[in-house]
Amino acid sequence: MTETTTANPVHDWIAKTVAEHPAVLFMKGVPEQPQCGFSAQVVQILDHLGADFVGVNVLQSDPLREGIKTYSDWPTIPQLYVKGEFVGGCDIIREMFQSGELKPILEGAGVIAA
Amino acid sequence: MPIAQPDLEAILRDGFPDAEITIEDLAGDGDHYKARIVSAAFAGLPRVRQHQLVYAALKGRMGGELHALALETSAPQ
Repeated sequence: MTETTTANPVHDWIAKTVAEHPAVLFMKGVPEQPQCGFSAQVVQILDHLGADFVGVNVLQSDPLREGIKTYSDWPTIPQLYVKGEFVGGCDIIREMFQSGELKPILEGAGVIAA
Repeated sequence: MPIAQPDLEAILRDGFPDAEITIEDLAGDGDHYKARIVSAAFAGLPRVRQHQLVYAALKGRMGGELHALALETSAPQ
């Protein structure tokens, strides 16, 4: 996941996307209309914190839906990336939100006002 | 393709022989579980790595046979 170039064009696209935007959520559906309860929960947490993030709908492309799983070695969606780093899926994001760990990470990335 | 709770527990037990494992069938459909796993294998690891170890123990079932498994992992205090 730290490789800068790979043989996989989908991985290259993901790497470019998470490098260009400080917070990216790979999800099912779009932030305005999530199509899975787990994706909806993470959107709700990010919205609650007032985070400015980019949502990528993995349902638009099967190669993307599979590629995001191999990119992070993580079998499920949603997946949140902050400053290019995979932070976690639904359970981890919820735990980090509840423990107060998530907010400073998002502040550090400049996606919420500190 | 649901997976029976005793089977899930056996798979996790196999991957984490030392662990204290608690499984809840959240929806009663064999497809939405919550597992709490306390194992020394998690000591000092970030949460993402802890969960990756659990997914590795599930050998590809996660996201396939198993739709939803809420995880809570920690090392013994």
